[in-house]
Amino acid sequence: MLYFSKLKIISVIIFTIILSYFSISNFTKFDDNIFNRNINLGLDLQGGSYLLLEIDNTPVIEQHLQNELIQIKNFLKDKNIIYKNINITDNKTISFEVDNQFIDSTVSLFEGKNSEINPYYDQFKTNQFDLLVNDNNIELSYSKYGLVQLKSSSQNQAIEIVRRRVDEIGTNDPNILKRGNNRILVELPGLDDPDRIKNLLGKTANLTFRFITQNEEESFGTEKLSFQDETAEAIVSKRIILSGDNLIDAQPRMDNQVNQTVVSFNLDRVGAKKFAKATATGVGKKLAIILDGKIISAPNIVEPIIGGSGQITGDFTFQSATDLALLLRSGALPAPMKIIEERTVGPDLGQDSINAGILSLIIGFVLVVLFMIAKYRIFGLIANATLVSNLLLLIGILTLFEATLTLPGIAGIILTVGMAVDANVLIYERIKEEIKNEDNKVLAFDSGYLKSRTTILDANITTLIAAIILFAFGSGPVKGFALTLGVGILTTLFSVYFIARLLTSLYVIKNKNKEKLI
Amino acid sequence: MQKSNIPFNKFYKSFNYISIFLIIFSLSLLLFKGLNFGVDFKGGTLIELRSLDNSLTISELRKSFNNLTLGDVLVKKFGKDNDYVVKFEKKQSVDENFIHNIKAELANDVGNIFEFRRVESVGPKVSAELLKSGIIAIALSLGAMLIYIWIRFEWQFSLGAIAALFHDVIITLGFFSLFNFEINLSIVAAVLTIVGYSMNDTVVIFDRVRENLKKYSDIKINEITNISINETLSRTIITSLTTLLALLSIFIFGGAILKGFSFAMILGVIIGTYSSIYIANPILVRLKVSQKTVIKEDREIN
Repeated sequence: MLYFSKLKIISVIIFTIILSYFSISNFTKFDDNIFNRNINLGLDLQGGSYLLLEIDNTPVIEQHLQNELIQIKNFLKDKNIIYKNINITDNKTISFEVDNQFIDSTVSLFEGKNSEINPYYDQFKTNQFDLLVNDNNIELSYSKYGLVQLKSSSQNQAIEIVRRRVDEIGTNDPNILKRGNNRILVELPGLDDPDRIKNLLGKTANLTFRFITQNEEESFGTEKLSFQDETAEAIVSKRIILSGDNLIDAQPRMDNQVNQTVVSFNLDRVGAKKFAKATATGVGKKLAIILDGKIISAPNIVEPIIGGSGQITGDFTFQSATDLALLLRSGALPAPMKIIEERTVGPDLGQDSINAGILSLIIGFVLVVLFMIAKYRIFGLIANATLVSNLLLLIGILTLFEATLTLPGIAGIILTVGMAVDANVLIYERIKEEIKNEDNKVLAFDSGYLKSRTTILDANITTLIAAIILFAFGSGPVKGFALTLGVGILTTLFSVYFIARLLTSLYVIKNKNKEKLI
Repeated sequence: MQKSNIPFNKFYKSFNYISIFLIIFSLSLLLFKGLNFGVDFKGGTLIELRSLDNSLTISELRKSFNNLTLGDVLVKKFGKDNDYVVKFEKKQSVDENFIHNIKAELANDVGNIFEFRRVESVGPKVSAELLKSGIIAIALSLGAMLIYIWIRFEWQFSLGAIAALFHDVIITLGFFSLFNFEINLSIVAAVLTIVGYSMNDTVVIFDRVRENLKKYSDIKINEITNISINETLSRTIITSLTTLLALLSIFIFGGAILKGFSFAMILGVIIGTYSSIYIANPILVRLKVSQKTVIKEDREIN
């Protein structure tokens, strides 16, 4: 166990030096292009906001079912199938009745890989809708994967909009990720007051222009909506003149005539045409500008607006006009979203945590180092050298993979310091026992290493198992702890078996005739 | 250092009674008193804030928070003198702005003297998921350890090791229940590390027991375990000490956020060290492990 080939020695040294370089490069300021890697600090250390958003897909499903219903009606008409009582139940099922003679042909149209109306997903081996036939009643409901498809497409749209909104605000390195098929994770480093961004992400930003009707009561084709400041209500037609989709730009602006902040917008060609036509026929009427079911304002149409641009007035501050313009530019979310988890750490607390973490690392490290020297003298020094190289390797590997260091991650490093000496202790204690029965010191060392090896492996693998499971199932900061603990075990084993053993062997072979070696 | 010769095996019985008592005590605490789950697992909101006005008392702060109609509000000192932690069970709000509103109302009430250092708000759905994944993680790691020990040792050993693990986890949680310490995500990490550490400790002694069983055919298991514990004792003490030194350093200097975590670990290291001696080994004695148990295994392998 004490013999090393030259090649091995050189590769151990090179490996250690390279990783140590990565490790130290975190603390130096100079830039170089090849090794420009750094450990990322987690949000709990650098400060920032972590927001988990959940998409409420109910309206999306509702919308899709309604579209589907119309398509099915047309499709059945095309195929000359007579149906009755077609409707949507429970926001998940479309059902209709057909006469006996049509049952078989209808079923065959909705089933199988080649169905025109019910798409087949090859990768899931299932259609979009599951078919249930009950006497003359045919029920179509979203299959498991039909729903998955629907949700992931709304997630894809939503993440795009979220990204645009976050980018518009201009934070540093935002991290926007999918979680499951209906969640979006937004990490905003350095942001200590997420109020504005939360506000913007919580809005669907569904903008419509609709006429206010003269009726006093709600009737078919109209609905009662309240103004944004909740002071008044109005009956609004359900017919949409224009929606946010037709907007190509929106900007906050100061209107000098009325001395008010407004949001001015430009429409695309289609939108401009629609708008011109509607305003031409609607002179004298009130046009309500509606955002997410609330009326922002309802100006009188004085003359037709033909240029394709206009402005939204309302009780805006400059901030709220800026935000509305931003929302309109980035587009509407396909469905409303809710913030279901928020973690925000201010930069001061982050810095305090870093300081406390580093202080406890240094103190813990010094205590362990002193203890080992007191206990094992020269071999304590070797164990300590192992500890230093272990730290350098651990931080080096974390840097190489640009891992994220969290506060529990620092705790993991400190714990590694405490536990890393275990392997050396096991070896030295074993050697002490072997030396009693073996006069040849080199042989005693050799068998000490050999006999302790399975124990050390067993002991470390058990901790490694805990770390891996923690990494796989843990969330957020806990993952950071598991990562440093797990990598720490690997670097510990490397330091003990390559670096410490090398140093031990050099020392023992030189001093094999000393009376009391350990 | 002189090889120690402490008659650990003389106290197997009495310590087992103590352990059984502690386990029953912990289990009944867990059952009747329960655990103090933090916002991670219960849902709700936690705000850590620092007051810039030294004259503000905690009761004034408590009063102004109670005026906000947030339901049950808990206000506690946290770490340094002017730092407080405020917790309430704000259910998933429709209102994205509620933190903003709290800030505004506090400024109105006692003045603009607060720095919000940390906000954690977890919805009921997420907290339920976090709790579930925490329980799964602990169960899985216990299972994985069981399988590993089963492969590496004989079933008697794996039973002993797992009994020690359950002992450690139950008593640590019992302790948390007794003192009403908060259980959050990092405590789950601590418990899992305790599981790893305790296993580590047990494995070292078991390796020696197995070796000694093969070496001495005429010594009874009761004595073998005692010899093995003594032979590995100095290692057990040194490793526990260095680990405790590192953990104490986190506990004292690592800041308020890591206090609970490092406390759980310190507790776990002490209980884990004790259990590898007084839980794992007596089980080998009870199961009448003998040379045959380990030799048979070797033959099967060859």
